[in-house]
Amino acid sequence: MAASDYRELSLNGLWKNNPAIVQLLGLCPLLAVTGSVVNALGLAAATTLVLLCSNTAVSLIRNVVSDAVRLPVFVMIIAAAVTCIELLMQAFTYELYQILGIFLPLITTNCVILGRADAYASKNPLPLAMCDGLMMGLGFGVILVLLGALRELLGTGALFANMDLLFGPGAADWHWVMVQDYQAFLLAILPPGAFIFTGLIIAGKNLIDSEIKRRQDALKARPVKGSKRVRVTGTIS
Amino acid sequence: MALLRVTSPHAHGPASTQKVMQQVLLATVPGVIALIHFFGFGVLVNIAWAALLALAFESLALKLRGRELGFYLKDCSALVTAVLLGVALPPYSPWWLIAVGMASAILLAKHLYGGLGYNPFNPAMVGYVVLLISFPVQMTTWEAPRGVGEVPGLLDALRACFTPASFDGTTAATPLDVLKQNNSLLLENLWAAEPVFGRWAGIGWEWANIAFLAGGLWLLYRRIFTWHAPLAFLAVLALMAALFYDGGSSASGGSPLFHLLSGATMFGAFFIVTDPVTSAVSVRGRLVYGALAGLLVYLIRVWGNYPDAVAFAVLIMNFAAPFIDHYTQPRTYGHRKPAKRREES
Repeated sequence: MAASDYRELSLNGLWKNNPAIVQLLGLCPLLAVTGSVVNALGLAAATTLVLLCSNTAVSLIRNVVSDAVRLPVFVMIIAAAVTCIELLMQAFTYELYQILGIFLPLITTNCVILGRADAYASKNPLPLAMCDGLMMGLGFGVILVLLGALRELLGTGALFANMDLLFGPGAADWHWVMVQDYQAFLLAILPPGAFIFTGLIIAGKNLIDSEIKRRQDALKARPVKGSKRVRVTGTIS
Repeated sequence: MALLRVTSPHAHGPASTQKVMQQVLLATVPGVIALIHFFGFGVLVNIAWAALLALAFESLALKLRGRELGFYLKDCSALVTAVLLGVALPPYSPWWLIAVGMASAILLAKHLYGGLGYNPFNPAMVGYVVLLISFPVQMTTWEAPRGVGEVPGLLDALRACFTPASFDGTTAATPLDVLKQNNSLLLENLWAAEPVFGRWAGIGWEWANIAFLAGGLWLLYRRIFTWHAPLAFLAVLALMAALFYDGGSSASGGSPLFHLLSGATMFGAFFIVTDPVTSAVSVRGRLVYGALAGLLVYLIRVWGNYPDAVAFAVLIMNFAAPFIDHYTQPRTYGHRKPAKRREES
């Protein structure tokens, strides 16, 4: 359990194997509730917490549960975690709970969570499983919030509206208006906008990846300093 | 889109993309002149600004994709998209509206899918629908045509487009709108009560449609496209209108002539439905494609939420074009029909 394991897990969850834009799991909430930053942040926090709890619990019982019944057991663990989060949100952020509506209980069916439980947590010790759950949750959450921010900014010309739903009355004046009298761009807020912007984010990630790869290849191709080469003509600089 | 595999013999066409596009541009001239006459210079400002943006976005996309600028810009396809969108938008639209539309058309609908020839959807119609969904207020505000209201001059048109100050024109509901809102008057009385109606359809609209028809017929004569898709489109639209005309009662959908000369009918039939990239390819396929597009136009116009429907109908049929092609594959030359098919027929 070296530190490099954790680095690898973080890199996987946040970038290389990001659940939202590489594995393309859990797209239903990703597309449905990212109309604004506050919705996205609420769902991101809930999903991350559920992932953390379920990975922890699954890792703890991994040696007790037989293979034959593991999936129903995992689903029950996840459902229990989701119920807890749902009740917590109902207690502390009631308005957001109402806005997110059906998508909170639907976290149970989010493939990211069952996928990580079965593919990772059920085979690895507790600290690693917790780290994996947290990083996968954060990777999913970052994309949710990014998509929410993009859509809110383009759709309404402002950011961080209604943040008081999540952070209490003090956050009401976080609302930042980019352009006064902005003409609402409805497409960004409507479902087609979610598809278009998710596609653009995925394209952006692929672009960055290919650029990194290109630079690494160029680095490899560069001759090592001091290596002997056949001199053709002129001097080697 | 997947191209239909048609077997030999193939005839070689001398027409280049550039020549075809130039002729399409030329064919829009009568329609554009008619629109300018009735709605003022806003139409021209729309087209000019859209064309400028189209060239800019096209260059940007080509640059990003590492393509040769000169070769692809010269094929004029971006200009055709600009003219089609510029004509479809309401005159005196603000500059940013046209910019959003052109960006959606050129960047999203065309180059993200691989450029001209690979786009499954008609770029101009994608731009139009993006705008119609996003900015319904601006997209349904039409100037009153000459004869109903005053038509602004060129300076007013430029001011309306490029300055934030809203300009005082007279707006009027389009004839299709008026007909859609009507639920109490007989058509005869509606015609008398509303000033927007002309001899057959709306004032201005009927002549713009006739002008686009003339341009389209010229393209047909030049063999830029075949008659199948436009004829099927117009015939089914007229047939549906005839079926549901019910003698001009208050629930009537409007006469066939009204539908043929209203909204974007002729423009759609000859300049949108005939798009070689996004429509069905085989001869029978074109008939089916045009007919279903005409049917959809009528359905949405009369029972849908929007007054005009050419853009929606065409986009839906763009979806269906590969499917239509699959089932209308022509018989291989020199071969009989497959045995199974022969039993059916």
